Amino acid sequence: MTATATSARSDLSELGRSETALRAFLHGLPGVDQVGAEQRAAQLGTRSIKTTAKAQAIDLAIRMVDLTTLEGADTPGKVRALAAKALRPDPADPSCPHVGAVCVYPSMVPYAAEVLRGSAGSGRPSDGPGPTNGAAPAGPGGVHLASVATAFPSGQAPLEVKLADTRAAVEAGADEIDMVINRGAFLAGRYGEVYDEIVAIKEACGGADAGRQGRPRAHLKVILETGELATYDNVRRVSWLAMLAGGDFIKTSTGKVPVAATLPVTLVMLEAVRDFRTATGRQVGVKPAGGIRTTKDAIKYLVMVNETVGPDWLDPDWFRFGASSLLNDLLMQRTKLKTGVYAGPDYFTLD
Amino acid sequence: MSERVAVRKTYKLFIGGKFPRSESGRSYLVQDSNVSLASRKDARDAVVAARAAVQGWAGATAYNRGQILYRVAEMLEGRREQFVALGVPGDEVDAATDRWVWYAGWSDKLPQVYGGANPVAGPYFNLSAPEPTGVVAVVAPEAPALLGLVSVIAPAIVTGNTVVVAASPAAPLAAVTLAEVLATSDLPGGVVNILTGRLAETVPTLAAHMDVNAIDLTGVTDPELAADLEGRAAENLKRVLRPAAHDWSADPGLGRMTWLLETKTVWHPKGL
Repeated sequence: MTATATSARSDLSELGRSETALRAFLHGLPGVDQVGAEQRAAQLGTRSIKTTAKAQAIDLAIRMVDLTTLEGADTPGKVRALAAKALRPDPADPSCPHVGAVCVYPSMVPYAAEVLRGSAGSGRPSDGPGPTNGAAPAGPGGVHLASVATAFPSGQAPLEVKLADTRAAVEAGADEIDMVINRGAFLAGRYGEVYDEIVAIKEACGGADAGRQGRPRAHLKVILETGELATYDNVRRVSWLAMLAGGDFIKTSTGKVPVAATLPVTLVMLEAVRDFRTATGRQVGVKPAGGIRTTKDAIKYLVMVNETVGPDWLDPDWFRFGASSLLNDLLMQRTKLKTGVYAGPDYFTLD
Repeated sequence: MSERVAVRKTYKLFIGGKFPRSESGRSYLVQDSNVSLASRKDARDAVVAARAAVQGWAGATAYNRGQILYRVAEMLEGRREQFVALGVPGDEVDAATDRWVWYAGWSDKLPQVYGGANPVAGPYFNLSAPEPTGVVAVVAPEAPALLGLVSVIAPAIVTGNTVVVAASPAAPLAAVTLAEVLATSDLPGGVVNILTGRLAETVPTLAAHMDVNAIDLTGVTDPELAADLEGRAAENLKRVLRPAAHDWSADPGLGRMTWLLETKTVWHPKGL
């Protein structure tokens, strides 16, 4: 934690009221040492994780996967199949844990909910005795249902449309909302606008009857789209902005721009959530998404989480992988550890 | 004037069109040269590279594959002296080049011989087409070093398979030099991958690997190892070619190409 950020600690909650104060705070955050961050990330990537540690890491990574399909060509059938896979990733092995969540477009939420909330699955509950993020409980199978919203992936739509998008997803049964921030506004320096939008979406996460009837609100993940933010300094600023506005998770990318999650960007975000908890006492989760395809990559991220923010975040409630092809690689590696024989993609689902 | 110091060569693996050292960092000496000693992880990486190359290679037209293989023969001819310097007899290099050209010519002819229209008792066109099997693991014979190697690689790749070759531990120099020929012949990376080192280390991994579709045990001389490998290969029902004595200078026949073909048959209604 740096001097600049701590000095602002007392009035963090007041920052949102004034654009000037917000700007002064965000620009007062210390700059990121780019070479240092990249070197640190590369160094953490060289750790060797083998045998039993690897087996544990793989199971943890599977539990952290947000199994995602965000294609124009998504059909109800494809989404149902994906949801079934989320509950039982490896049908040949009952000891294989279920994934963290399924992530789909709002129009596909009802079909995923059918499988996740229906009679399917009877796994153990995903949330242990540990802290919960105020999120809605997952379905009987233990798998959360996330939906992207707010004019994903560009975020370029009027606020009313974004709010309606969010409410619709929550009404349809999503218990996690992945929103995109307005990068155009952020890059133009209109921080207040970005802040207010996140606050408004967070409110909409309660659905039409927000706050009433004791209905748990959906858990809000804020997508920063770091590939469009140009600098690590911007990543740090927008991470703080999203957390100040009330995001439950900060997520790197939509997966729709060429540069998605990278280790250094995730490192900067992890440092931000660590410093934010020191400053405010509130813990925020991190979700790298896009471009993480192999078990090796996933384990590098887990090492970084452990070394940067510690074991508090080594839990599906606080760290997730947004990925689609990663799961099959994790399953293949898991099979290799169990059988001693290299597995092939022919024996796992195509999705 | 000081005397020139010769540049000594390290013979490395050939995986995915590149020449990496063994992941294990190990090497062994053959004819006073350092040769990489491949580990099971190198075998795994080679299978990944071979699998990645299947779609492009099997999807290329037979005509294009033939052209590329002919180009390999051109390069092989140009490096004749290099093979002779490694101790491969000149007439063996010539025979290997001729053998490569012979197989190259089969690329667009094999489907004509082994595919075609089948007569059926109904109003259908019934067509059979031979298709490649996929990733093939090959244990190359020890002798003749070059002709034997060419005689097991060329027939596997001409139909669109990709191969992971375990070179003979005693004769790896010709194999790595052949890899240099392949690397300069427009052959897409990963179609041929060559591992040097102990067979007992790499081949069991290949035999058990679920993403390998066939294994050619021609170069395995130890009957116990061969039996063990066949057992491992049974797990995913790989095609297995058992070790057998060969006269490599004789007419090779079509068997080495056809054992790696899967026949696809299509029924198409005759419309009016």
